[in-house]
Amino acid sequence: MRITRFKTPTASEITPEAIYLKRREFMAAGATLGAMGLSPSSWAAPSQLNADGPAAPPWLQNKIAHAKPGKALSEALTPYKDATHYNNFYEFGYDKSDPAAKANTLKPHPWQVEIAGEVAKPGKFNLEDLLAGVDLEERIYRLRCVEAWSMVLPWVGFPLVDLLKRFEPTSKAKYVAFTTLEDKQQMPEQKSALSTIRWPYSEGLRIDEATHPLCILAVGLYGRALPNQNGAPLRLVVPWKYGFKSIKSIVKITLMEQQPKTSWSQIAPKEYGFFANVNPKVDHPRWSQAKERRLPNSLLNPNIVATTPFNGYGEEVASLYAGMDLTRYF
Amino acid sequence: MPPLSRRLCLFCLALLPCLWLAFKVIQNDLGPEPAKTLVHFTGQWAFNFLCLTLAVTPFKRWLHWRWLQTHRRMLGLFALFYACLHAIGYALFLLGADWKGMGAELINRPYITVSIPALIILIALGATSFQFAIKALGKNWQRLHYSIYAAALLAWLHVVWQVRASYFDAAKFGVIIGVLLLTRVYWHYQKQRTVAAKQPHKQE
Repeated sequence: MRITRFKTPTASEITPEAIYLKRREFMAAGATLGAMGLSPSSWAAPSQLNADGPAAPPWLQNKIAHAKPGKALSEALTPYKDATHYNNFYEFGYDKSDPAAKANTLKPHPWQVEIAGEVAKPGKFNLEDLLAGVDLEERIYRLRCVEAWSMVLPWVGFPLVDLLKRFEPTSKAKYVAFTTLEDKQQMPEQKSALSTIRWPYSEGLRIDEATHPLCILAVGLYGRALPNQNGAPLRLVVPWKYGFKSIKSIVKITLMEQQPKTSWSQIAPKEYGFFANVNPKVDHPRWSQAKERRLPNSLLNPNIVATTPFNGYGEEVASLYAGMDLTRYF
Repeated sequence: MPPLSRRLCLFCLALLPCLWLAFKVIQNDLGPEPAKTLVHFTGQWAFNFLCLTLAVTPFKRWLHWRWLQTHRRMLGLFALFYACLHAIGYALFLLGADWKGMGAELINRPYITVSIPALIILIALGATSFQFAIKALGKNWQRLHYSIYAAALLAWLHVVWQVRASYFDAAKFGVIIGVLLLTRVYWHYQKQRTVAAKQPHKQE
């Protein structure tokens, strides 16, 4: 008879104590709610919770706290500290540590977003009204930066398509353009004379990309409101494209017939295309895109992993680009 | 201050960035991507020491800081020291000692390619910075050591070709290198003129 030995579980299989304890709290809270006769739907909560988060209005905190939990990936999550202290948000400086140190000048509440262009119902809306009736959900996504590093992050948001539908795009709506806030007081680095970026930062998607179910607008991270440096209060997350496409602190969404101009493709059109799909076969002219450094890493363990086409979301999105020469439309 | 104490002081000061870095590495406090922080930091200090080395002669001539001349070799050797840390850090920690991949990077990335001759120049200058070499090379020693100007320009190019979101670093280093090198060009023409003026006019 063969005796199977007990296999030592890998580190990822062991529930961290903090989460184990949280589970007890969660059960206790659930029991209380049950006793109060509340519906089970209010039991939903993001699977990943950081103890602290930035200040946000109660309605938003409450909404995020009730987001439907997301599906975990096999890859380990990037710790909250790293996700919020290693950012590119050039409106606040050019070092990765600048956004966390300086983004406190941004005032994400109250916030308005303008919906414009080829829609039947354009207008300017308060964030609260935009989110009214929207059920938030957690999405755990890989984020691949064009600089060849990557993270795994638990966002809280909702599909962009759900928002677009409400404003009834016309038949001419072929593209969606996004604009970040331009405000030299709130975003001091917009005063810099030596920036290559022409403000406001702008990005865009083709309508079929924008309406793909994987493409979300995020309002939270790690079960809390978005920190300013991560693009509070509303940002795009397109997991199969390089990170710069996932524009932060959005104030305007414009439906367009023509392909919109986007910030990086204007600065260096040979280096950054409109599509910017993650593609290990198309190098950035100044570095290879074949591999990525999964963060956090350490000096002796650079944690270099192979980059996958469409950042591993090819099964879902590759069909959007059928027949296109991706070395030309990079 | 006697020259020996000055030398010791300067040595300790020049080692401070390295000690700070070592401390941060031990504390595990270089952020989620320590290799990048380490490589940027050492590169920055290699550049700083290169500029300091090039500033010795202007300081001597403008401010009459003759004492600084004695320490130029040490400043230059620290430029080499930080440049070596920069290159080793890049190869070991950023590329993960992937030698095959490094070969491709060195060839395909112009901003890395230009840094190779710059590093070779610094190594050559460091290797010939001792009394014996100075004597053995004679007049050629000065000729060889003029190549530090080329190293400075290549180092600047190395920064310029990495510009992404901001011209700030490229502009800052450009201005510093520009002032240091144009000063030499100015001196060169000034010297030529004085030599020409001293020569007696030819009679027809």
